[in-house]
Amino acid sequence: MESTPLVRAHGVRKSYGRTEVLRGVDMTVEQGQVVCLLGPSGAGKSTFLRCINHLETVDAGQIWVDSKPVGFRLRGGKLHELREREAAAQRRAIGMVFQRFNLFPHRTAVQNVAEGPVHVQGVNRRQAHEQALALLDRVGLADKAGSYPRQLSGGQQQRVAIARALAMRPKLMLFDEPTSALDPELVGEVLEVMVDLAREGMTMIVVTHEVGFAREVADHVVFMVDGAVVETGPPSQVLDDPQQPRTRQFLAKVL
Amino acid sequence: MALPEDVPVVPLRHWGRWVSGVVILALLVGLGSAMADAQILYEDVPGFFSADVMIDGLVNTVVLAVVAQAAAVVLGVVVALMRRSANPVARWVAWVYIWIFRGVPVLLQILLWYNLALVFKTISVPIPFTDAHLIDTPTNALITAFVAALLGLGLNESAYMAEIVRAGLNSVDPGQLEAAKAIGMTPATTLRRVVLPQAMRVIIPPTGNDFINMLKGTSMASVIGFLELIHAANNISSRNLEIMETLLAAAAWYMIVVSVASVGQYYLERAFGAADRVDRGLTPWSRVARSFRTPPTVRS
Ligand SMILES: Nc1ncnc2c1ncn2[C@@H]1O[C@H](COP(=O)(O)OP(=O)(O)O)[C@@H](O)[C@H]1O
Ligand SMILES: [Mg+2]
Repeated sequence: MESTPLVRAHGVRKSYGRTEVLRGVDMTVEQGQVVCLLGPSGAGKSTFLRCINHLETVDAGQIWVDSKPVGFRLRGGKLHELREREAAAQRRAIGMVFQRFNLFPHRTAVQNVAEGPVHVQGVNRRQAHEQALALLDRVGLADKAGSYPRQLSGGQQQRVAIARALAMRPKLMLFDEPTSALDPELVGEVLEVMVDLAREGMTMIVVTHEVGFAREVADHVVFMVDGAVVETGPPSQVLDDPQQPRTRQFLAKVL
Repeated sequence: MALPEDVPVVPLRHWGRWVSGVVILALLVGLGSAMADAQILYEDVPGFFSADVMIDGLVNTVVLAVVAQAAAVVLGVVVALMRRSANPVARWVAWVYIWIFRGVPVLLQILLWYNLALVFKTISVPIPFTDAHLIDTPTNALITAFVAALLGLGLNESAYMAEIVRAGLNSVDPGQLEAAKAIGMTPATTLRRVVLPQAMRVIIPPTGNDFINMLKGTSMASVIGFLELIHAANNISSRNLEIMETLLAAAAWYMIVVSVASVGQYYLERAFGAADRVDRGLTPWSRVARSFRTPPTVRS
């Protein structure tokens, strides 16, 4: 039996006003795969990622995650648009990590992690707290449970943000340049957590400029320019033997 | 040229402080002697201050201000949310609401509500498709002086609160909304758990200010015969003609109530503003208390 891919996007288009930011993007991610999305600034990488968990609506094309159409319900052979509440429920299966962390500043690290389980999933407080502590331990921050975000370094904040996303037990994790806002010496601690996550079999789509990370863990590298996929394949091919001139130019700059 | 090791230092002389101090002192002495010469029966003021009718006026003033402000906060949040709604009808209604209730003077609004019986004899809300009514009362029975004052003050303030709340909601980083969405929060939970707690920091200071204004604004209800502090003062002075004395007693109550409200505002701001602050600092009280407990340390 052939397994269906966890993520299937085809013909995804998106415009802001007159500018077309995504011009028909296709992508398939199998269960347990790690896909790295590379490309110059303004290529539409963030926009595409945000379409996958319905932070943005698409103008054309479709995205299916876990055999469900993102932002829609399939009924009677037609796709019916979801209400915001229903879209919220659909997002629970998809974790997202942002460039600027976006931790809740008025809550401690452990409260940030337990927020979703308690106030979205209705897990009991004590149990959610225990799980949150375990997750913080997993990202190496057991001793920072009681700290507020502004008391933490960028690398620590991003690891809390990863723990917060994992607390929802997502089937898919999206990372939007998770290390781009970090001081160089803090990049490693975040990448380490992500490598572990990939090894444990998490399905991940990672927008990144960290070519080393892509080479180490990616099953697929997708190179995007001007809202379209230019080149795709295993890292050994796209990163070490790129066929397209745009890919070569870009890699020459970031390497 | 070599510099000598230990040159004497002459501190800056603050002549301005001395001059202004002397001027103010002279003015205070002048004012004091004028007040002493004034024909005010100071010995009567404490009696008016604690008169039964004055205490009634005080209670009514505080109750009216608290209820009107509380209603205004709730309405203000609703109107602010409507202004940010995706629904264009809701946005438009909110805009018109603010336009009207902020535009008409409070005193005039109070008078309009109080005189509603002149144009509507009864107020009735029929339940559609039945003969029953949700409300069906003579207007005079429904719109008492208290209700008219509450409507006038509360609705006007709700328009201001809507703008204050809107500023607070706008102050929250859009990244916070995305983070909440990304963990699957519904819009209502996002508002309650993420947005409002962070907006409070911006909302509370101007709300405290408005409440202090509201405490004093209740005095406008005296024109429709509501027994608040000024009406109580007039009540006493209409019998004994000690106008200044009774007004001073009312003024003292206003100062006390406003001072209490200011202290309350201080603690509210602390509670909401500093949840994530590393060092909350000490309250004025704990600073005083500490100065009694531990000997002051000399800075090195
Ligand atoms: N909310 C928005 N409104 C208008 N234009 C936007 C918006 N978000 C992104 N864009 C534009 O879309 C293009 C792609 O942006 P983005 O997806 O952030 O690219 P990337 O993440 O690859 O750098 C950019 O030109 C950007 O200016
Ligand atoms: Mg981006």
